[in-house]
Amino acid sequence: MKLKSWKEVNPGAVITDAGNSREFKTGSWRSFKPVWIEENCIQCLFCWMYCPDMAIKVKDGKRAEFDYDFCKGCGLCALECPGKKGKKAIIMVEEGK
Amino acid sequence: MAKVVAVTGNEAVANALRQVNPDVCAVYPITPQTEMMQRFSSFVSDGQVKTELILVESEHSAMSSCVGASAAGGRVITATSSQGLALMWEILFIASGTRLPIVMPVVNRALSAPLNIHGDHSDAMGARDTGWIQLWSENGQEAYDNTIQAFRIAEHMDIRLPAMICMDGFIISHSIERLEYLDDQDVQAFVGKFKQLNPLLDIEHPVSYGPLILPDYYMEYRRAQAEVATKVAQVVLDVADDFAQLSGRKYGLFETYRLDDAEIGLVILNSAAGTSKDVVDEFRDRGIKAGLFKPRLYRPFPYEETGEALKHLKALCVLDRADCFGGSFGPVFVDIATSLYPYRERPILINKIYGLGGRDYLPGHAELVLNELVDVAQTGTVRNYKEYIGVRE
Repeated sequence: MKLKSWKEVNPGAVITDAGNSREFKTGSWRSFKPVWIEENCIQCLFCWMYCPDMAIKVKDGKRAEFDYDFCKGCGLCALECPGKKGKKAIIMVEEGK
Repeated sequence: MAKVVAVTGNEAVANALRQVNPDVCAVYPITPQTEMMQRFSSFVSDGQVKTELILVESEHSAMSSCVGASAAGGRVITATSSQGLALMWEILFIASGTRLPIVMPVVNRALSAPLNIHGDHSDAMGARDTGWIQLWSENGQEAYDNTIQAFRIAEHMDIRLPAMICMDGFIISHSIERLEYLDDQDVQAFVGKFKQLNPLLDIEHPVSYGPLILPDYYMEYRRAQAEVATKVAQVVLDVADDFAQLSGRKYGLFETYRLDDAEIGLVILNSAAGTSKDVVDEFRDRGIKAGLFKPRLYRPFPYEETGEALKHLKALCVLDRADCFGGSFGPVFVDIATSLYPYRERPILINKIYGLGGRDYLPGHAELVLNELVDVAQTGTVRNYKEYIGVRE
């Protein structure tokens, strides 16, 4: 997204377009990235329920990939994930590694 | 038809506010402003205005209420003095940064400590860089006229900034003077219907006020606000032209008194300018080319126009009714010096601090200063660049 010049900003920083938080991609805040390991997933959807940023996609009632544009890497999904036979379906990996 | 009356400054400004009939007024009493809001409250309870009166528990809340009501889309007023203005401090920046055209008479009074309730410019000088427009008034008539014009200036769609109307506590606020009131319908027509900009109460077009702006955008908003400040002077002049047609009273960015051919001059704000003009006349009668410069639009300060008006003088004294502790010179002096800095040929400048906490400013003080300026202009030497006058040594 191209940043606006001072000549283009709204007077008094008033936001006149409703529902524009979608444009504010917070994924860049992440220092640890959740990675989904599908073979360990039991489709409980705990991760979908716990995610504070709606960054876990569900398609046809099944868990789909993360939405990395908005995932801040809080790690709640990885913490709550019950996994299968003691193996987590979500692990946190340091960004840039 | 204008009506000639004998009223106090507070009464005059309260009447101007009645004639404007704003949507919302947040009220908190503080001497010497109290009488103004007391009178306005009576207009509300007597049904003479349709204003929603909000009785708040502090000036911080008064200004916060004004911010909310103005963002909601109303024409909003309050009034204050001294400690009250100081308590509003953080919200003053929010009002100007959010570009809310709140109008606020400020009855100038000294700041504590020591506690003092009398005329002094320390309060408004402390708020001079908050992003508010400041119009200063010599007498009750100017305070009345400036109040009416302030609505047009603040609410101009290119400006949208809050405005203070300053007048001296007690000396003007509580003294009865002869004044001319405009007709109610003329004032109504002059200020016009309030134009909203992104009102919060327009539920068809939802907006958000007060977002967090991080380093990627904060500077752009500040730069935009600095640009708005450069447009204020022209709007002030345009509004003054319209006002002159209505009232016959002419206003500019400042008033010059016998200044065009003057060799020595005084710069002085508000009520003390009146006293000084009499003394300037006495010096003129003696063949001494004295003049006076009285700022009106003090913020945003019209540096270029001011420098242009003063650069021909040989010696100039800026009189400040406030001091900048640790800043070495009074606030008006600093601005006048800045406005003259670009000129190679410029007057010798001196600074006097006078009238703090309501200490009388007498013709003898102006005389003393003008005599010193005669000496400075003749010899080119300065005894003291800054000193207090009217103080016991």
